[in-house]
Parts: sequence; structure tokens; C-alpha cells
Amino acid sequence: MDYYDIFISVLSSTIRLSIPLIFTALAGLFSERAGIFDIGLEGKMLGSAFAAACIAYLTDSAWLGLGAGIVCSVALSLVHGFASITNRGNQIVSGVAINFFIAGITIVLGQAWFGQGGRTPQLSPDARFAPIILPGADAARDIPIFGPLYANVISGNNILTYLAFLAVPFSWWVLYRTRFGLRLRAVGENPGAVDTAGISVAWLRYRAVMCAGILCGFAGTYLAIAQSAAFIKDMSAGKGYIALAALVFAKWKPVPVMFACLLFGFLDALANFMQGKQVPLIGEVPVQVFQALPYILTCVLLAGFIGVATPPKAGGVPYTKER
Amino acid sequence: MSTASVPLPHWINYGLIPLLNLVVAFLISGFVVWLIGESPLDALSLLLEGALGNGEGIGFTLYYATSFIFTGLSVAVAIHAGLFNIGSEGQAYVGGLGCALVALALDRYVPWYVTMPIAVIGAGLFGAAWAFIPAFLQAKRGSHIVITTIMFNYIAAALMVYLLVHVLIVPGKMAPETRTFLEGGQLPKLGWLMTTFGAKLGAAPFNVSFIIALLAAWFVWVLIWRTKLGFEMRTLGVSRTAADYAGIPYARTVIVAMLLSGALAGMMALNPVMGSSARLQVEFVGGAGFVGIAVSLMGRNHPLGIIMAAILFGILYQGGDWVSFEMPNITREMILVIQGLVILFAGALEYMFRPAMVRLYQQFKRG
Repeated sequence: MDYYDIFISVLSSTIRLSIPLIFTALAGLFSERAGIFDIGLEGKMLGSAFAAACIAYLTDSAWLGLGAGIVCSVALSLVHGFASITNRGNQIVSGVAINFFIAGITIVLGQAWFGQGGRTPQLSPDARFAPIILPGADAARDIPIFGPLYANVISGNNILTYLAFLAVPFSWWVLYRTRFGLRLRAVGENPGAVDTAGISVAWLRYRAVMCAGILCGFAGTYLAIAQSAAFIKDMSAGKGYIALAALVFAKWKPVPVMFACLLFGFLDALANFMQGKQVPLIGEVPVQVFQALPYILTCVLLAGFIGVATPPKAGGVPYTKER
Repeated sequence: MSTASVPLPHWINYGLIPLLNLVVAFLISGFVVWLIGESPLDALSLLLEGALGNGEGIGFTLYYATSFIFTGLSVAVAIHAGLFNIGSEGQAYVGGLGCALVALALDRYVPWYVTMPIAVIGAGLFGAAWAFIPAFLQAKRGSHIVITTIMFNYIAAALMVYLLVHVLIVPGKMAPETRTFLEGGQLPKLGWLMTTFGAKLGAAPFNVSFIIALLAAWFVWVLIWRTKLGFEMRTLGVSRTAADYAGIPYARTVIVAMLLSGALAGMMALNPVMGSSARLQVEFVGGAGFVGIAVSLMGRNHPLGIIMAAILFGILYQGGDWVSFEMPNITREMILVIQGLVILFAGALEYMFRPAMVRLYQQFKRG
């Protein structure tokens, strides 16, 4: 195979693998910028994937599937909010609980409803988000260099992919150019100041976790009814934690979040591509090296060896009004 | 006056409220069972029958409980020092490497009672080593221990799969596992203990590591409540500023607490690796590290509570297997649902019922 063809194919699978990470990491961004740690991203993604697949299967509509995914994920966000904002419980514990609950309930309900070992039935094309062929993609295919890039990487993705890339500047705009965004960032740094200004800390934080829920809903829906054609048990497979790693890697900023997700998606794509192939001078690189790399990079970054990642100051601390 | 600061007697704080949380978690689980068209009461009686109905069931229950005691203690020791160690899973996994290497090296030369103490040390050292890096990063570089320990779980998984597939695998075999240990690398079953209670162990892998787990629990109790180090850890856990003011070195206390936590998690590997399968396999930990979080939360981080919570989770695991066998509609993963609810209610929503309790208690005292 031509080197450029390899490059194109790795690039297009990079995009495919990055999309759920981008949505999920942006979700984490909203939540953590408001001072609520969210280990439960993994569970929300998995839960919304299951809900999306179930409803898409029943109604044969991808959009209703998306709606169900978002509703499920927002509901889980509200549970997380109730525990960590209203009851001032431990945010980490609450997130861990959501992950366990979802990992179990998706399989229990899936088996009880469909009897296929925890997976949902195969979806019809109507129930999925189909690839969108951009105008001129076929005509452009023969243009050197640019043609394959346009036809195979830029065109031919489903609508959620394009939405993910739109969600990045949109999140930036919300966080940095709106009053809500300013207050949201403030409540993650110094909730006392926000409270003094007469703004409800609890309501702001609830809205932040709901934003996170909506974005996680997109991520789960993408997994189940855009990338695949069914819910498969444990299909999020640690992506929620990778998204968390990407969030740290991007130092809690929207545009770097996108690049961090693309980097981790690229490592994943590369690992799939390199499996069983020889590298000159080194020999076969074990696939586990690529699998562990995002986690290792994140730890190195957290240790401050490649720049300092400072999390929002009030992250993880429940807010108590002094009396 | 806020209800949060009203003192309640111990039996409400450590008895009634956790019990209430547990009951709510089980009620919701029962609702899920009802939702999928099975009778919650039938499921419950099957669960108890499978876990406690005969000697073999009890043997399996205690076998699971053994693993959970170790990981529960691991989580608790870290929590006492104010650290949330989500990495027990990875530490137990790497601990398995330590104990397997000892067993592989010694099993043909010496009997099990010589191998065992060395394997305990090996498992503990490897588990502690895996906890050391996150501990060091937390203590010296300010990295958040929750994030780093999660990352280390995944790194451990990748590392162990690599070792089992490429290094430790038996040449010519397909399964990614080490060779089976000879008798000198296997822990004996506790059949005699069951016989004294008039029950038969059967095929259950209940083994000597249960006794090590009980000793570890006693050790943790002494450490936390009877030593200077334990006092320093608890002080740090309550308030870092107070600890600094009292001259308790932060970095040292964090690292020592995490080393102990990792060592306890690592020792968990003795139970499945040397006590049951007699070889190191992929994913042998099977989530026991995460169960440790629930166990520790439910046992209120006290060794005695942890032993009881571990046995409860042992009942859930063994009984859950039995239920899924008898009621094919309810899969094994129902355990994860219950576990998630227990963590949610006993951990994150710990104080949900407290205001109501305070009101009831005050009314009761007045009346």
C-alpha cells in the first residue's frame, strides 16, 4: 500500500475513534470547570449508548435514539448533582457508584429485554446516523493529495462527527464569551465569591452537570448508533477515563481538549494499524504500549514534567455556606 | 441550627444510618428485579440459599470475602490518611505478579508453608511498588491521586497482559497464563475448618489466605488506632493544615499510607493465584479492587466493619451466581447494580437520612 493511503486510512480512523472522546471530554470540561469532579463520565456514556440503542431499535429513528441517550445521561447527571451538590457527598464516590450501576444495569436490562447476552438487536439503517457524502466528494477523489483527504477523511462522516467539531468552538464561546460561562468558571474557582454576588452556587453547578449530561449523551449515542449498529456490553471500554486523561492533558481548555482527544484517538488508530507489523530497527511493537501510552503521558503531565496542569481550585470540594 | 452539627449517639451514626442506606440500596435492587418480571423475594431466598445453604456455598462465600477483606482494608488505610485510592485493582494485579514469581521460583524446592510467607512479602512489595509512583506524585508534585491511580490501573492491565502474552506464557500454549504451580506453591484449602462446623467444603477454593486476611485486619486496627503512625495518618485525614501545624510530615505520611494500602491490595492476589487457580491468569482480580471501595465505605473504614461488609459482598457474589443460574432472566451483573447502589447510598448519599434522624432523635428525647 502507498504511504499516503496508509496515512489517510489511519487519519480517518483517528477521527472515528476521537469523536466519543471529544464529546465526553467537553462534558468533563463543563462539570469540572464548575467544580464538580466527574469520574462517572464512563457510566454516563455507556448508559446513554444503551438508551439510544434501545429507543432507536424500538422506533427506528436515530434522532429519537439521540434524544433518549441525552435524557438518560442527564438523569444520571442529576443523580450525581443530587449527591454531590445538594447532599454534599463525595464526588468521586458518587461517580464510581454511577459507573458500577450502569455497567450492571445495561447488561441486566439488555438480557431481560432482548435475551442476546446483554446486547441489543442489530439496528436497521434508519435507526442509525448514516455517513453524509459532501458535495463533490466523488469528483474530488482523483485530485492528488487533496482528493483522498477530502473524500475519505472530511466527507463521509455522520452528522454527529461534524457536531463534535462544532461543539468545540461552541463550548469555547459558552465558557469564555457568555455571562453563564463566566459564572460557571468562577464557581469552580471561588464559589464563595459567586455566592456573595447573589448567584446561586447550587443552581449554577446543577446547570453545569446538565451540560455535561447532554454532551455525554451525544458520546454514547455516537458509540451505539453511529459507529456501531447495536449496543454491546461494556462498549465504552474505558473511553470515559481516557476522556478524563485528555481533559487533564488539555489543562481544562476547550480547544486543547480537541487536540488531546485527536492525539489519543490517533494512538488508538495507530495501535490497531501496527498490530502484527514490524518496525525497522525495533521489531514488533506490542499493542499494549500504545494502549498504555495515553495513561502514561497523563501521569507524566500531571507530575509537571511537561508543563503544569492546574485543575480548577474548588474542584471536588462541596460548597457550604457559612452561617 | 444546622442538623449537620447535632451529635448523635454511636448506635445511630454507625449502626442505624448505614443500615438504612443499605436497606434503600436493596429496595431499589429489588425494584429492578421486579421490573424485569421476577419476584424479588424469590431472588432473595435463592441468593441466601446459594450463598449459605450448604458447605460448598459458604466456602465460596468466604473465598470471595477473603479477597474483599484485603482490598477493603487497602482502600480504608488510604482513606484514613485522606487519600482516595482507586488503584487497588491495579495494585492487586501487579501484586499477583510478585506472588506468582515467588511461587514459580520456589514451588519445586520447599513446602507451601515456606513459600507462603515469602509470597506474602512478594505480593505486598509488588503491590506497594505499584502504589508508590502515584503516592510520590501526590506527595511531591501535587498530582491528584484519584486520577493517577485510575491511570495506573490501566497501565497495570496493559503491562500484565504484555507479560502474560509475551514473557510468562508457557511455550507452545495458547492461553495467556503461567504454568500451574506445584504443591509447594499452592495454599491448602480450609476443609478441616469447615468440617469442625459440620459442613463439607466441596470444590470451593476457601483457603489459608482467609486467616492471613483476618491477621491483616487485626494489623490494620493496631496500626490505625494504636500507633503513632496511625495517629498521624488520621490527623492528616481530618485536616492537612492541622497535620502541618502538629509537625506531621506530609510527604512521608502520604507515601507510607499509600505503600501500606498498595501492599494490602497486593496481598489479595494470594487468594485467587495461590489459593484457587494455582497460576497467574489474565484479569484474575476481576474487579475485587473496586469492590474494596464499597466494602470500605460500608464498613465505615473499620477493620471489623470491613470484615462484615466483605462477607456480605461474598454472599452477594456467590449468591448472585446461584440466582443467575436458577433465574436466567437475572444475569450475574445484577451484583454490579447492587454494588453501585450500595456505593451511592452508603458513600455519596451517606448523610441523606441524617437530618430526618436528627429530628426524630430530638423528638424522642423530648418526649
